[in-house]
Amino acid sequence: MNFDDYRGIWIYIEVKDGQIAPVSLELLGAGRMLADKRKTELAGVLIGSGVKTLAPILFQYGADVVYVYDDPIFEHYRTEPYMRALLDCCHKHKPEVILYGATPSGKDLASAIATDLPTGLTADTTILDIEEDTGLLLASRPAFGGNIMATILCKKYRPQMATVRPKVMKSLPPDPSRTGRVIEEHIELHEEEMRTKVLQIVRETAKKVRIDEADIVVAGGKGMGSKEGFQLIHQLAEVLGGAVGASRDVVEAGWIDHHHQVGQTGVTVTPKIYFAIGISGAIQHVVGMQNSELIIAINKDPNAPIFQSCHYGIVGDAFEIVPLLIERLKEEIPKIKAAADVKEEIRHA
Amino acid sequence: MLHIVACIKQVPDTKIIKMNPKTNTMDRASAPAILNPYDAHAVEEAVRLKKKYGGIVSVLTMGPPPAVKAIKKCIELGADEGYMISDRAFAGADTLATSYALTKALEKIAKQRPIDLIICGKMTIDGDTGQVGPGIARRLNIPPLTGVNKVVELNKEKGYAIVHRKLEDGYEVVKSQLPCLFTVEKDINDISFAPLPNMIKAARYQPTIWTADDLEDVDRKQLGLKGSPTIVSKVWAPPKPEGGKILTGTKEEQVNELLSIILEKKELFS
Repeated sequence: MNFDDYRGIWIYIEVKDGQIAPVSLELLGAGRMLADKRKTELAGVLIGSGVKTLAPILFQYGADVVYVYDDPIFEHYRTEPYMRALLDCCHKHKPEVILYGATPSGKDLASAIATDLPTGLTADTTILDIEEDTGLLLASRPAFGGNIMATILCKKYRPQMATVRPKVMKSLPPDPSRTGRVIEEHIELHEEEMRTKVLQIVRETAKKVRIDEADIVVAGGKGMGSKEGFQLIHQLAEVLGGAVGASRDVVEAGWIDHHHQVGQTGVTVTPKIYFAIGISGAIQHVVGMQNSELIIAINKDPNAPIFQSCHYGIVGDAFEIVPLLIERLKEEIPKIKAAADVKEEIRHA
Repeated sequence: MLHIVACIKQVPDTKIIKMNPKTNTMDRASAPAILNPYDAHAVEEAVRLKKKYGGIVSVLTMGPPPAVKAIKKCIELGADEGYMISDRAFAGADTLATSYALTKALEKIAKQRPIDLIICGKMTIDGDTGQVGPGIARRLNIPPLTGVNKVVELNKEKGYAIVHRKLEDGYEVVKSQLPCLFTVEKDINDISFAPLPNMIKAARYQPTIWTADDLEDVDRKQLGLKGSPTIVSKVWAPPKPEGGKILTGTKEEQVNELLSIILEKKELFS
């Protein structure tokens, strides 16, 4: 394997319902930094049906090149056709690095590609860097349930690959004047040869606020005592118009389903306000919320590690503090709403 | 007869493991070895499918000799047969080398009894990657169905499975040819209590154990540390955050101060 043949940083661009997934734009931001350090090009690999028109957006967010595989066979994500397209692209153009969002489909695709090429794959990366002279990718991730951080290298194989946690990297502000090269690719695939078929897609978003999209997340931990005690978390979330989060213990105890779990094995959230109530603050939890704008912790134990990871803390009993807070919020929030309405009326007058 | 193989792993319970702060290594003695929680759901699902459609459930693991305990746990859950590959040659394997060794074992199991379905947990709690299952599927050239949280139908005669795959905001219904491989989410089932006869069987059960030499057509360069493209170059403790401001005063004063901090972000409430 001649490493000099492998050039460029690639981002696998994930498309959902005709839209580029936010994580792909974040990765273009991270990839731009790596490509500049290596003085090489940043490319997006865009696979889908009717996706060619999305290429200009990728240029605005930092890509120099976009490889496009546009075919009805790619309408829904399936491992087999997507893998064949990306492998085709790899064999033709030989990248030095490929990054994928650590999403269900990104992880699925990356695992298949890594096995086939073969090459190394680092999962759920949270810190990325590259050695300018050797091109060695330094992919760091929380390991052993978030107890430690580890830097993983792939010295003997190219391309180097990593999946990257959503909401960790920052996308660049879009630059409408940026353009690049679109390279249209084609691969011969036939539907009748495909071994899987997507029969239906069911979206469940309408039911509740998605925890990773909420502006306010109220998360509770084992300190809430019981499933009944945990209801206080729901009450506070309701008053604030926020989503409910939970620590792993709480999910494992069955107080709430695991869609609400925040942390290394759950969801990463970056809300404007994050409440950690009765949560001790194990690293496995903290890695999933530490980038929140404002973190408020309430815990009985003054030595709980969560107080190291918050902006403001109250040492006290949640069952005394939270009801008081709910009561005061119920008084104050309507006043803010009323003031905003008045402003709105003045503007329209 | 339907043959389902669940791939499982014994892991340290990372929730309670302690780190040696000087060396940044895990103090393995501080944490009990358990059956990876996701794998318990994989075995449970295999057993449920066996109950519904008939057939046989085998479990496969790679690990050091004490990992027999994890196989016994699977027998308690209702698995019929257990296989373990254990050899120093497998040590230090990353996900690529792990999927290679497990695939070689699966090929050997399939020679004795053809496999219709492989079920893996979504990921392990010590590796946290979720890469081994899809890797096995790729090596065996069968479709991987990751994140399965419901099996709608399994039809051996007509050779297909219909499942729900979890998405970030819902699920998709997918039909796949058999044989195929599922990785399963925790919400696919609730673990049943082991009935007494299973416990008795498990206590006496001895799995089939193979070394690298027992497997066929093995390229030793692809095993263990040698066969692993990724290496851990350094580990460190995550940086300690500086800590927040602890509010003081009476409860009412603390709550009032907190209230004004929250309401500063008034755009969230208007």
